[in-house]
Amino acid sequence: MQVKLLSEHYDKPEFQTLGGYERHGGYVVLAKALKMDPNAIIEEVKASGLRGRGGAGFPTGTKWSFLPKNGEPRYLLCNADEGEPGTFKDRVMMEKAPHQLIEGMIMSSFAIGCKKSYIYIRGEYTDSLRIVGKAIQEAYKAGYLGKNILGSGFDHDMDVYSGAGAYICGEETGMISSLEGLKGQPKLKPPFPAVQGYLRKPTIVNNVETLAAVKYIIRDGAASYRKHGTEKSAGTKLFSVSGNVQRPGTYEVPLGLPLKVLINDICGGLKPGRKLKAVIPGGSSAPILTADEANKVTMDYEALAQMGSMLGSGAVIVIDDSNCMVDMLSTIMHFYHHESCGQCTPCREGTGWLNKITHRIAHGHGESKDIELIKKVSEQMMGKTICALSDAAAMPAISFVTKFRDEFETYIKKGQLGAGGAAHA
Amino acid sequence: MASTFSMSAEGLAFIKKELTRYETPYSAIIPSLFRVQAEHGWVPPEAVVLLGKTLNLPEAHINEVLYFYTMFNTKPVGKFHIQVCTNISCAMNGGRELTQALCKHYGVEVGQTSADGKVTINKVECLGSCDTAPMMQVNADSYLENLTPESAIKKLKEMGA
Repeated sequence: MQVKLLSEHYDKPEFQTLGGYERHGGYVVLAKALKMDPNAIIEEVKASGLRGRGGAGFPTGTKWSFLPKNGEPRYLLCNADEGEPGTFKDRVMMEKAPHQLIEGMIMSSFAIGCKKSYIYIRGEYTDSLRIVGKAIQEAYKAGYLGKNILGSGFDHDMDVYSGAGAYICGEETGMISSLEGLKGQPKLKPPFPAVQGYLRKPTIVNNVETLAAVKYIIRDGAASYRKHGTEKSAGTKLFSVSGNVQRPGTYEVPLGLPLKVLINDICGGLKPGRKLKAVIPGGSSAPILTADEANKVTMDYEALAQMGSMLGSGAVIVIDDSNCMVDMLSTIMHFYHHESCGQCTPCREGTGWLNKITHRIAHGHGESKDIELIKKVSEQMMGKTICALSDAAAMPAISFVTKFRDEFETYIKKGQLGAGGAAHA
Repeated sequence: MASTFSMSAEGLAFIKKELTRYETPYSAIIPSLFRVQAEHGWVPPEAVVLLGKTLNLPEAHINEVLYFYTMFNTKPVGKFHIQVCTNISCAMNGGRELTQALCKHYGVEVGQTSADGKVTINKVECLGSCDTAPMMQVNADSYLENLTPESAIKKLKEMGA
């Protein structure tokens, strides 16, 4: 069930160091890549079907091919601003295998003709910042970064940059603003970053897992990578599983795996005596699945989209019958209200209203019309803003009150906490 | 305050180095604010004046960055700034009860600093360690994970809080 392609050596502490990484085949694929035609690397990545692992699932090779075909300086930014509630796999990857990311980034940079890259890591990840920073220094000393890498004539510089606590900087244009030394507010697209991004230069922004996967596509070839997963959702994916399972953690599985296998077999199922109530399949922005839906769905982009949800960042939050859905939604809405950057009115005001309404219900002051109000406010927030944060708040709100309407209604009538609703701090 | 605010020589040297590290001097603002906070615990208005001069950037812009990002403390905090995650997975696993227990133990409310200036407790959004819920971060140190109120208090005591 588990396929340890990227995570094969994550259980070995030495994999964190350059020496340990090299002992397990580290930087051998880079040498191979640097002898390839850069366009051939892009074509291989396109053929692999690799899609962005940060949340949007956009085909990576296609994104790369949007860069202008001239010698204009360009940047590669690794998005390690992992902030989607429930997601922690990028942190695991950076702490267990920093060189895997660096190697993937160097060959990706070579493919797109980029001489400078940054890894933008969220500020709270002080361990990741230290570990990746040290690994970059090791890579420079060993000649994998800097001038004329491995005698190929290719020059590349890499640096880390620390975020400072803003979920919105995980949005690619918000991250660009932040790296430019500004408030992390997203920018209107078009122009897309590939045309005009960091400092108005062509820029590619890719997630940690996406860039690390490039190494394995070049090592084994696109056809081999495609043996894992489904036709449209190729390869493996690292899922961050948390909530009410026996063995929460990061697990690499082929895309298309039934969610119930992930929960019951890989994560050891629920705690004794508990029943599955719901699952958030792709981070807190992803519309929630009922237990019935969760038992049917497979973990790939298409199956989740068909079910009206999304794969997102691969953060699976498993919810058993001890939890109160009103309580959970108010927690999620507090988050989006807190993290809205404030530049678009529908988001700034909408997240505020959703937070207010869900909290008044949670505190026993809800009215029956509030359920429709949540839907109405949410619908007015979707597709109307510069970035997707507004939609990310609206989608779970609509799904919670639609799929668990009875529970919201009962709660409002009784004016008290439902099953498992713990103290509202 | 204004007359007493200063940074270490190493701190100033760090900031000047950051100024040339990135493509634009504006990128030095976030690392400089972190450095101020590491030395002083928070970023007082006087530090913004100093950074404006050192970085040769408008104070208004530095303030804009300072107030946008949640990791910067714009008010004094205790020596031990305890940040407990209360987002979904931590809330499901006792993050809020943990917060309450810590508040009771130190005799403070969320957002407050203890009378001796030692401890500040805040609730924070997801810190990306949901498989070890509930968890917390003290200052900018490594995460403390898989906590119970008892184990958290014990660990904090060992740290001197």
